[in-house]
Amino acid sequence: MSEINANTPMKDMTIGGNIYEAGNARNFKTGDWRSVKPVYIEEKCKQCGLCFPVCPDNAIPVNKELKREDFNYDYCKGCGVCAKVCPFAAIEMQ
Amino acid sequence: MSIRERLSGNEASATAMKQINPDVVAAFPITPSTEIPQYFSTFVANGTVDTEFVAVESEHSAMSACIGAEAAGSRAMTATSANGLSLMWEMIYIASSLRLPIVMSLVNRAVSGPLNIHNDHSDAMGVRDSGWIMMFSENNQEAYDNLLMAHRIAEHKDVMLPLMVCQDGFITSHSIENIMLEEDSEVKKFVGTYKPEHYLLNRKEPIAIGPLDVQPYLFEHKAQQADAMRASKQVILDVAKDFEAWTGRKYGLFEEYKLDDAELAIVCVNSTAGTTKFVVDKLREQGIKAGLLKLRVYRPFPGEEISKALAHVKAVAVLDKSDSLNSAGGAIFTDITSSFQVHRVNVPTINYIYGIGGRDTKADDIESVYKDLEYVAKTGDLGIPYRYLGLRR
Repeated sequence: MSEINANTPMKDMTIGGNIYEAGNARNFKTGDWRSVKPVYIEEKCKQCGLCFPVCPDNAIPVNKELKREDFNYDYCKGCGVCAKVCPFAAIEMQ
Repeated sequence: MSIRERLSGNEASATAMKQINPDVVAAFPITPSTEIPQYFSTFVANGTVDTEFVAVESEHSAMSACIGAEAAGSRAMTATSANGLSLMWEMIYIASSLRLPIVMSLVNRAVSGPLNIHNDHSDAMGVRDSGWIMMFSENNQEAYDNLLMAHRIAEHKDVMLPLMVCQDGFITSHSIENIMLEEDSEVKKFVGTYKPEHYLLNRKEPIAIGPLDVQPYLFEHKAQQADAMRASKQVILDVAKDFEAWTGRKYGLFEEYKLDDAELAIVCVNSTAGTTKFVVDKLREQGIKAGLLKLRVYRPFPGEEISKALAHVKAVAVLDKSDSLNSAGGAIFTDITSSFQVHRVNVPTINYIYGIGGRDTKADDIESVYKDLEYVAKTGDLGIPYRYLGLRR
Protein backbone atom coordinates (compact mmCIF):
# COMPACT_ATOMS: atom_id res chain seq x y z
CA MET A 1 0.00 0.00 0.00
CA SER A 2 3.05 2.29 0.19
CA GLU A 3 2.68 2.27 -3.59
CA ILE A 4 -0.36 4.57 -3.38
CA ASN A 5 0.40 7.75 -5.27
CA ALA A 6 -1.27 10.50 -7.30
CA ASN A 7 -2.03 8.06 -10.13
CA THR A 8 -3.59 5.28 -8.01
CA PRO A 9 -7.19 4.49 -9.04
CA MET A 10 -9.87 5.00 -6.38
CA LYS A 11 -10.58 1.27 -5.99
CA ASP A 12 -6.97 0.62 -4.92
CA MET A 13 -6.95 3.38 -2.29
CA THR A 14 -7.62 2.63 1.38
CA ILE A 15 -10.77 4.05 2.99
CA GLY A 16 -10.37 7.37 4.77
CA GLY A 17 -6.72 7.52 3.68
CA ASN A 18 -5.83 4.96 6.35
CA ILE A 19 -2.21 3.77 6.35
CA TYR A 20 -1.90 0.09 7.17
CA GLU A 21 1.87 -0.09 7.67
CA ALA A 22 4.30 1.57 10.05
CA GLY A 23 7.47 3.51 9.32
CA ASN A 24 6.43 4.99 5.99
CA ALA A 25 7.13 8.69 6.57
CA ARG A 26 10.17 8.29 4.30
CA ASN A 27 7.80 7.67 1.40
CA PHE A 28 6.52 11.21 1.76
CA LYS A 29 9.19 13.61 0.54
CA THR A 30 8.64 17.00 2.11
CA GLY A 31 11.81 18.73 0.86
CA ASP A 32 9.86 20.75 -1.70
CA TRP A 33 8.31 22.79 1.11
CA ARG A 34 11.72 24.45 1.61
CA SER A 35 12.35 28.12 0.83
CA VAL A 36 15.83 28.43 2.35
CA LYS A 37 18.45 25.71 2.29
CA PRO A 38 21.11 24.70 4.86
CA VAL A 39 24.57 24.14 3.38
CA TYR A 40 27.03 21.85 5.18
CA ILE A 41 30.59 23.21 5.39
CA GLU A 42 32.51 20.04 6.17
CA GLU A 43 35.89 21.65 6.97
CA LYS A 44 34.33 23.72 9.79
CA CYS A 45 32.41 20.75 11.29
CA LYS A 46 33.86 19.25 14.52
CA GLN A 47 31.30 16.39 14.59
CA CYS A 48 30.06 17.65 17.97
CA GLY A 49 26.70 15.97 17.36
CA LEU A 50 24.44 18.89 18.27
CA CYS A 51 22.72 19.31 14.90
CA PHE A 52 21.11 15.97 14.05
CA PRO A 53 19.10 15.48 17.28
CA VAL A 54 17.29 18.82 16.72
CA CYS A 55 16.31 18.09 13.12
CA PRO A 56 12.50 17.66 13.25
CA ASP A 57 12.67 15.32 10.26
CA ASN A 58 15.29 12.96 8.91
CA ALA A 59 17.38 15.41 6.89
CA ILE A 60 20.79 14.89 8.58
CA PRO A 61 21.99 11.32 8.00
CA VAL A 62 24.34 9.82 10.61
CA ASN A 63 26.68 6.97 9.65
CA LYS A 64 27.83 3.95 11.61
CA GLU A 65 30.76 5.88 13.11
CA LEU A 66 28.14 8.28 14.51
CA LYS A 67 29.36 11.02 12.21
CA ARG A 68 26.97 13.27 10.37
CA GLU A 69 26.99 13.36 6.59
CA ASP A 70 25.71 15.90 4.10
CA PHE A 71 22.04 16.92 4.14
CA ASN A 72 19.32 14.73 2.65
CA TYR A 73 17.30 17.46 0.98
CA ASP A 74 14.35 15.10 0.28
CA TYR A 75 13.21 15.75 3.84
CA CYS A 76 14.73 19.15 4.75
CA LYS A 77 12.05 21.82 5.04
CA GLY A 78 14.63 24.56 5.65
CA CYS A 79 13.58 25.35 9.21
CA GLY A 80 17.14 26.38 10.14
CA VAL A 81 17.19 24.87 13.64
CA CYS A 82 20.44 22.99 12.83
CA ALA A 83 22.19 26.18 11.69
CA LYS A 84 21.05 27.92 14.88
CA VAL A 85 22.52 25.25 17.23
CA CYS A 86 25.82 24.82 15.35
CA PRO A 87 28.58 26.44 17.51
CA PHE A 88 31.11 26.41 14.63
CA ALA A 89 29.17 28.07 11.79
CA ALA A 90 29.45 24.85 9.83
CA ILE A 91 25.87 25.17 8.57
CA GLU A 92 24.94 28.19 6.48
CA MET A 93 21.39 29.01 5.42
CA GLN A 94 21.20 30.08 1.78
CA MET B 1 -40.54 -14.78 21.82
CA SER B 2 -41.24 -11.03 21.87
CA ILE B 3 -42.06 -9.33 25.15
CA ARG B 4 -44.95 -6.88 25.40
CA GLU B 5 -43.97 -3.71 27.28
CA ARG B 6 -44.87 -0.05 27.50
CA LEU B 7 -42.00 2.40 27.14
CA SER B 8 -41.29 5.94 26.08
CA GLY B 9 -39.20 6.50 22.96
CA ASN B 10 -36.17 7.37 25.08
CA GLU B 11 -36.66 4.28 27.24
CA ALA B 12 -36.99 2.16 24.11
CA SER B 13 -33.74 3.60 22.70
CA ALA B 14 -31.90 3.08 26.00
CA THR B 15 -33.24 -0.48 26.16
CA ALA B 16 -31.95 -1.18 22.65
CA MET B 17 -28.54 0.18 23.69
CA LYS B 18 -28.60 -2.01 26.80
CA GLN B 19 -29.27 -5.09 24.71
CA ILE B 20 -26.63 -4.14 22.14
CA ASN B 21 -24.19 -3.67 25.06
CA PRO B 22 -21.65 -1.53 23.12
CA ASP B 23 -18.03 -1.22 24.26
CA VAL B 24 -18.21 2.55 24.73
CA VAL B 25 -20.98 5.12 25.20
CA ALA B 26 -19.89 8.76 25.30
CA ALA B 27 -22.65 11.32 25.71
CA PHE B 28 -23.53 14.70 27.12
CA PRO B 29 -27.06 15.51 28.34
CA ILE B 30 -29.30 17.74 26.23
CA THR B 31 -33.08 17.96 26.14
CA PRO B 32 -34.96 15.95 24.90
CA SER B 33 -32.37 13.15 24.51
CA THR B 34 -30.99 13.47 28.08
CA GLU B 35 -32.87 10.42 29.35
CA ILE B 36 -31.09 8.05 26.96
CA PRO B 37 -27.59 8.44 28.51
CA GLN B 38 -29.27 8.87 31.91
CA TYR B 39 -31.02 5.48 31.73
CA PHE B 40 -27.92 3.99 30.17
CA SER B 41 -25.63 5.20 32.96
CA THR B 42 -27.99 3.41 35.38
CA PHE B 43 -27.43 0.18 33.44
CA VAL B 44 -23.69 0.78 33.72
CA ALA B 45 -23.88 1.50 37.47
CA ASN B 46 -25.99 -1.62 38.05
CA GLY B 47 -23.61 -3.79 36.05
CA THR B 48 -26.34 -4.72 33.54
CA VAL B 49 -23.95 -3.80 30.73
CA ASP B 50 -20.16 -3.85 30.61
CA THR B 51 -19.88 -0.66 28.62
CA GLU B 52 -17.28 2.02 29.33
CA PHE B 53 -19.47 5.09 29.90
CA VAL B 54 -17.60 8.34 29.22
CA ALA B 55 -19.28 11.32 30.89
CA VAL B 56 -17.71 13.92 28.62
CA GLU B 57 -17.73 17.71 29.07
CA SER B 58 -19.36 18.55 25.73
CA GLU B 59 -20.92 17.02 22.63
CA HIS B 60 -17.79 17.81 20.64
CA SER B 61 -15.96 15.56 23.10
CA ALA B 62 -18.75 12.96 22.99
CA MET B 63 -18.33 12.51 19.24
CA SER B 64 -14.53 12.72 19.56
CA ALA B 65 -14.56 9.95 22.19
CA CYS B 66 -16.78 7.81 19.95
CA ILE B 67 -14.36 8.38 17.06
CA GLY B 68 -11.40 7.35 19.22
CA ALA B 69 -13.22 4.28 20.51
CA GLU B 70 -14.31 3.12 17.05
CA ALA B 71 -10.86 3.76 15.58
CA ALA B 72 -9.41 1.66 18.40
CA GLY B 73 -11.61 -1.19 17.24
CA SER B 74 -14.57 -1.05 19.60
CA ARG B 75 -18.28 -0.36 19.17
CA ALA B 76 -19.33 3.15 20.25
CA MET B 77 -22.73 4.80 20.62
CA THR B 78 -24.04 8.21 21.62
CA ALA B 79 -27.26 10.23 21.83
CA THR B 80 -27.96 13.91 21.35
CA SER B 81 -30.37 16.58 20.13
CA ALA B 82 -30.35 19.96 18.35
CA ASN B 83 -27.55 22.19 19.66
CA GLY B 84 -25.69 19.14 20.94
CA LEU B 85 -25.49 17.94 17.35
CA SER B 86 -24.47 21.46 16.30
CA LEU B 87 -21.54 21.31 18.71
CA MET B 88 -20.56 17.91 17.25
CA TRP B 89 -20.58 19.37 13.74
CA GLU B 90 -16.82 19.21 13.09
CA MET B 91 -16.53 15.65 14.38
CA ILE B 92 -19.65 14.46 12.53
CA TYR B 93 -17.76 14.88 9.26
CA ILE B 94 -14.58 13.35 10.72
CA ALA B 95 -16.55 10.25 11.82
CA SER B 96 -18.00 9.60 8.38
CA SER B 97 -14.83 10.41 6.45
CA LEU B 98 -12.77 8.07 8.66
CA ARG B 99 -15.45 5.45 7.90
CA LEU B 100 -16.24 4.71 11.54
CA PRO B 101 -19.61 2.98 12.03
CA ILE B 102 -20.69 4.93 15.13
CA VAL B 103 -24.40 4.70 15.95
CA MET B 104 -26.23 7.74 17.31
CA SER B 105 -29.71 8.28 18.67
CA LEU B 106 -30.82 11.71 17.50
CA VAL B 107 -33.90 12.92 19.33
CA ASN B 108 -35.04 15.67 16.99
CA ARG B 109 -35.38 19.18 18.36
CA ALA B 110 -35.28 22.69 16.91
CA VAL B 111 -31.80 24.15 16.62
CA SER B 112 -31.69 27.53 18.37
CA GLY B 113 -32.35 30.33 17.89
CA PRO B 114 -34.42 31.79 19.16
CA LEU B 115 -34.08 29.25 21.96
CA ASN B 116 -36.57 26.40 21.67
CA ILE B 117 -36.36 22.90 23.12
CA HIS B 118 -39.28 21.36 21.23
CA ASN B 119 -39.52 19.13 18.21
CA ASP B 120 -38.73 19.90 14.64
CA HIS B 121 -36.19 18.42 12.24
CA SER B 122 -33.76 21.31 11.82
CA ASP B 123 -31.03 19.38 13.66
CA ALA B 124 -31.20 16.33 11.38
CA MET B 125 -31.61 18.36 8.20
CA GLY B 126 -28.49 20.36 9.05
CA VAL B 127 -26.31 17.24 8.77
CA ARG B 128 -28.06 15.67 5.80
CA ASP B 129 -24.97 15.97 3.59
CA SER B 130 -22.41 14.88 6.18
CA GLY B 131 -22.15 11.26 5.01
CA TRP B 132 -24.17 9.67 7.82
CA ILE B 133 -26.88 7.12 7.14
CA MET B 134 -30.11 8.67 8.46
CA MET B 135 -33.15 6.70 9.55
CA PHE B 136 -36.39 8.15 10.90
CA SER B 137 -38.81 6.50 13.32
CA GLU B 138 -42.57 7.00 13.58
CA ASN B 139 -42.84 5.75 17.17
CA ASN B 140 -40.99 4.07 20.05
CA GLN B 141 -41.17 0.67 18.32
CA GLU B 142 -39.43 1.97 15.22
CA ALA B 143 -36.81 3.83 17.26
CA TYR B 144 -36.07 0.51 19.02
CA ASP B 145 -36.13 -1.60 15.85
CA ASN B 146 -33.98 0.83 13.85
CA LEU B 147 -31.34 0.76 16.59
CA LEU B 148 -31.32 -3.05 16.62
CA MET B 149 -30.65 -3.02 12.87
CA ALA B 150 -28.18 -0.10 12.96
CA HIS B 151 -24.89 -1.89 13.61
CA ARG B 152 -25.50 -4.61 11.03
CA ILE B 153 -25.91 -1.85 8.43
CA ALA B 154 -23.21 0.58 9.57
CA GLU B 155 -20.53 -2.08 10.13
CA HIS B 156 -21.15 -3.97 6.87
CA LYS B 157 -17.90 -4.15 4.88
CA ASP B 158 -19.49 -2.45 1.85
CA VAL B 159 -20.75 0.39 4.05
CA MET B 160 -18.55 1.34 7.04
CA LEU B 161 -20.43 4.57 7.67
CA PRO B 162 -21.87 6.11 10.84
CA LEU B 163 -25.62 5.94 11.27
CA MET B 164 -28.17 8.04 13.14
CA VAL B 165 -31.61 6.91 14.23
CA CYS B 166 -33.98 9.88 14.52
CA GLN B 167 -37.21 10.19 16.46
CA ASP B 168 -39.39 13.17 17.41
CA GLY B 169 -38.39 14.95 20.61
CA PHE B 170 -41.11 14.80 23.31
CA ILE B 171 -43.79 13.62 20.86
CA THR B 172 -42.31 10.10 20.84
CA SER B 173 -39.26 10.43 23.11
CA HIS B 174 -41.40 11.21 26.16
CA SER B 175 -44.68 9.44 25.28
CA ILE B 176 -45.25 6.00 26.70
CA GLU B 177 -46.69 3.57 24.16
CA ASN B 178 -46.98 -0.17 23.75
CA ILE B 179 -43.92 -1.86 22.36
CA MET B 180 -42.69 -5.35 21.53
CA LEU B 181 -39.20 -6.00 22.86
CA GLU B 182 -36.97 -8.88 21.84
CA GLU B 183 -35.07 -11.22 24.16
CA ASP B 184 -31.57 -10.07 25.20
CA SER B 185 -29.96 -13.24 23.88
CA GLU B 186 -31.77 -12.95 20.55
CA VAL B 187 -30.70 -9.32 20.15
CA LYS B 188 -27.12 -10.30 20.92
CA LYS B 189 -27.27 -13.00 18.27
CA PHE B 190 -28.80 -10.67 15.66
CA VAL B 191 -26.45 -7.74 16.26
CA GLY B 192 -23.32 -9.92 16.48
CA THR B 193 -19.81 -8.89 17.49
CA TYR B 194 -17.90 -6.12 15.77
CA LYS B 195 -14.80 -7.48 14.05
CA PRO B 196 -13.14 -4.60 12.23
CA GLU B 197 -10.57 -5.51 9.60
CA HIS B 198 -8.17 -2.74 10.66
CA TYR B 199 -8.05 -1.03 14.05
CA LEU B 200 -5.60 0.98 16.13
CA LEU B 201 -5.25 -1.47 19.04
CA ASN B 202 -4.15 -4.32 16.80
CA ARG B 203 -0.55 -4.98 17.94
CA LYS B 204 0.14 -7.04 14.84
CA GLU B 205 -0.70 -4.23 12.44
CA PRO B 206 0.43 -0.73 13.43
CA ILE B 207 -1.71 1.68 11.42
CA ALA B 208 -2.33 5.41 11.06
CA ILE B 209 -5.81 6.91 10.83
CA GLY B 210 -6.70 10.40 9.65
CA PRO B 211 -3.57 11.53 7.76
CA LEU B 212 -3.32 14.74 5.75
CA ASP B 213 -5.28 14.15 2.54
CA VAL B 214 -4.02 16.59 -0.08
CA GLN B 215 -5.12 17.42 -3.64
CA PRO B 216 -4.38 14.06 -5.31
CA TYR B 217 -6.40 12.06 -2.72
CA LEU B 218 -9.37 13.77 -1.04
CA PHE B 219 -11.59 13.65 -4.14
CA GLU B 220 -11.25 9.85 -4.36
CA HIS B 221 -11.83 9.38 -0.63
CA LYS B 222 -15.03 11.45 -0.83
CA ALA B 223 -16.20 9.43 -3.85
CA GLN B 224 -15.53 6.24 -1.85
CA GLN B 225 -17.89 7.61 0.83
CA ALA B 226 -20.51 8.29 -1.84
CA ASP B 227 -20.11 4.73 -3.18
CA ALA B 228 -20.54 3.32 0.34
CA MET B 229 -23.69 5.40 0.78
CA ARG B 230 -25.09 4.02 -2.49
CA ALA B 231 -24.16 0.46 -1.45
CA SER B 232 -25.85 0.88 1.93
CA LYS B 233 -29.31 0.89 0.32
CA GLN B 234 -29.15 -2.83 -0.48
CA VAL B 235 -27.60 -3.61 2.92
CA ILE B 236 -30.45 -1.78 4.67
CA LEU B 237 -32.96 -3.90 2.73
CA ASP B 238 -31.07 -7.15 3.41
CA VAL B 239 -30.86 -6.45 7.15
CA ALA B 240 -34.57 -5.53 7.19
CA LYS B 241 -35.34 -8.89 5.59
CA ASP B 242 -33.40 -10.76 8.30
CA PHE B 243 -35.09 -8.60 10.93
CA GLU B 244 -38.51 -9.47 9.56
CA ALA B 245 -37.69 -13.20 9.57
CA TRP B 246 -36.74 -12.82 13.24
CA THR B 247 -39.42 -10.47 14.62
CA GLY B 248 -42.15 -10.43 11.98
CA ARG B 249 -41.89 -6.64 11.75
CA LYS B 250 -41.37 -5.50 8.17
CA TYR B 251 -39.31 -2.49 7.09
CA GLY B 252 -38.26 -1.02 3.76
CA LEU B 253 -36.67 2.24 2.62
CA PHE B 254 -40.10 3.79 3.17
CA GLU B 255 -43.59 2.66 4.12
CA GLU B 256 -46.44 2.92 1.65
CA TYR B 257 -49.73 3.37 3.49
CA LYS B 258 -52.76 2.88 1.22
CA LEU B 259 -50.62 4.29 -1.57
CA ASP B 260 -51.26 1.62 -4.24
CA ASP B 261 -54.49 3.14 -5.53
CA ALA B 262 -54.07 6.59 -3.97
CA GLU B 263 -54.72 9.75 -5.95
CA LEU B 264 -53.56 12.20 -3.28
CA ALA B 265 -50.37 11.50 -1.37
CA ILE B 266 -48.54 13.02 1.55
CA VAL B 267 -44.84 12.40 2.17
CA CYS B 268 -43.49 12.89 5.69
CA VAL B 269 -41.16 11.42 8.32
CA ASN B 270 -41.38 10.52 12.02
CA SER B 271 -44.48 10.88 14.22
CA THR B 272 -46.52 12.98 11.77
CA ALA B 273 -46.92 9.75 9.79
CA GLY B 274 -49.09 8.41 12.63
CA THR B 275 -51.40 11.41 12.47
CA THR B 276 -51.49 11.15 8.67
CA LYS B 277 -52.49 7.46 8.78
CA PHE B 278 -55.44 8.40 11.00
CA VAL B 279 -56.51 11.04 8.46
CA VAL B 280 -56.00 8.69 5.51
CA ASP B 281 -58.34 6.15 7.16
CA LYS B 282 -60.96 8.83 7.77
CA LEU B 283 -60.81 10.17 4.21
CA ARG B 284 -60.93 6.65 2.77
CA GLU B 285 -64.26 6.16 4.58
CA GLN B 286 -65.51 9.21 2.70
CA GLY B 287 -64.34 7.70 -0.59
CA ILE B 288 -61.34 10.03 -0.97
CA LYS B 289 -58.32 8.15 -2.28
CA ALA B 290 -55.73 9.44 0.15
CA GLY B 291 -52.37 7.76 0.76
CA LEU B 292 -49.10 8.22 2.61
CA LEU B 293 -45.45 7.65 1.84
CA LYS B 294 -43.56 7.60 5.13
CA LEU B 295 -39.86 7.98 4.53
CA ARG B 296 -37.78 5.75 6.81
CA VAL B 297 -34.38 6.00 5.15
CA TYR B 298 -33.50 9.57 4.25
CA ARG B 299 -29.76 9.03 3.63
CA PRO B 300 -29.14 7.21 1.32
CA PHE B 301 -32.01 9.00 -0.41
CA PRO B 302 -34.22 6.50 -2.26
CA GLY B 303 -35.09 8.97 -5.04
CA GLU B 304 -35.65 6.37 -7.73
CA GLU B 305 -37.85 4.17 -5.54
CA ILE B 306 -39.90 7.15 -4.31
CA SER B 307 -40.40 8.38 -7.88
CA LYS B 308 -41.70 4.95 -8.86
CA ALA B 309 -43.99 4.73 -5.83
CA LEU B 310 -45.55 8.15 -6.46
CA ALA B 311 -45.65 8.15 -10.27
CA HIS B 312 -49.34 7.17 -10.41
CA VAL B 313 -50.81 9.76 -8.02
CA LYS B 314 -52.49 12.99 -9.10
CA ALA B 315 -50.90 15.31 -6.54
CA VAL B 316 -48.26 15.10 -3.81
CA ALA B 317 -47.66 17.20 -0.70
CA VAL B 318 -44.26 16.92 0.97
CA LEU B 319 -44.26 17.91 4.64
CA ASP B 320 -40.99 19.33 5.93
CA LYS B 321 -40.60 19.89 9.68
CA SER B 322 -37.62 22.14 9.01
CA ASP B 323 -37.55 25.28 6.90
CA SER B 324 -34.47 25.48 4.71
CA LEU B 325 -34.93 29.29 4.57
CA ASN B 326 -33.70 29.15 0.98
CA SER B 327 -36.72 30.45 -1.00
CA ALA B 328 -36.84 27.06 -2.79
CA GLY B 329 -38.48 24.68 -0.28
CA GLY B 330 -37.76 22.24 2.52
CA ALA B 331 -35.04 19.59 2.25
CA ILE B 332 -37.29 16.60 1.60
CA PHE B 333 -39.33 18.58 -0.94
CA THR B 334 -36.31 19.64 -2.98
CA ASP B 335 -34.88 16.09 -2.84
CA ILE B 336 -38.16 14.58 -4.05
CA THR B 337 -38.86 17.12 -6.78
CA SER B 338 -35.34 16.79 -8.18
CA SER B 339 -35.70 12.98 -8.13
CA PHE B 340 -38.99 13.37 -10.05
CA GLN B 341 -37.17 15.43 -12.68
CA VAL B 342 -34.30 12.93 -13.00
CA HIS B 343 -36.65 9.93 -13.21
CA ARG B 344 -39.13 11.64 -15.57
CA VAL B 345 -42.05 11.68 -13.16
CA ASN B 346 -44.42 14.56 -13.66
CA VAL B 347 -46.73 14.78 -10.65
CA PRO B 348 -47.82 18.20 -9.31
CA THR B 349 -45.98 18.55 -5.99
CA ILE B 350 -46.36 21.10 -3.24
CA ASN B 351 -44.43 21.66 -0.05
CA TYR B 352 -45.60 22.49 3.47
CA ILE B 353 -43.29 23.70 6.19
CA TYR B 354 -44.98 22.66 9.42
CA GLY B 355 -44.56 22.00 13.14
CA ILE B 356 -41.60 24.35 13.57
CA GLY B 357 -40.42 24.64 17.18
CA GLY B 358 -42.87 21.95 18.31
CA ARG B 359 -46.01 23.63 16.92
CA ASP B 360 -48.72 21.01 17.25
CA THR B 361 -49.91 19.50 13.99
CA LYS B 362 -53.37 17.99 14.38
CA ALA B 363 -55.47 15.70 12.23
CA ASP B 364 -57.42 18.74 10.99
CA ASP B 365 -54.20 20.31 9.69
CA ILE B 366 -53.32 17.16 7.77
CA GLU B 367 -56.88 16.96 6.44
CA SER B 368 -56.56 20.52 5.13
CA VAL B 369 -53.49 19.42 3.16
CA TYR B 370 -55.50 16.64 1.47
CA LYS B 371 -58.22 19.22 0.68
CA ASP B 372 -55.58 21.44 -0.93
CA LEU B 373 -54.31 18.42 -2.87
CA GLU B 374 -57.82 17.74 -4.18
CA TYR B 375 -57.85 21.25 -5.64
CA VAL B 376 -54.35 20.85 -7.15
CA ALA B 377 -55.28 17.47 -8.65
CA LYS B 378 -58.51 18.85 -10.12
CA THR B 379 -57.14 22.11 -11.55
CA GLY B 380 -53.44 21.40 -12.01
CA ASP B 381 -52.91 24.80 -10.39
CA LEU B 382 -49.98 24.60 -7.96
CA GLY B 383 -50.37 28.16 -6.73
CA ILE B 384 -47.42 28.88 -4.47
CA PRO B 385 -45.75 25.46 -4.04
CA TYR B 386 -43.68 26.53 -1.00
CA ARG B 387 -46.37 26.76 1.68
CA TYR B 388 -46.82 26.83 5.44
CA LEU B 389 -49.12 24.72 7.60
CA GLY B 390 -50.37 26.15 10.89
CA LEU B 391 -48.56 29.48 10.53
CA ARG B 392 -50.20 32.74 11.69
CA ARG B 393 -49.85 35.14 8.77
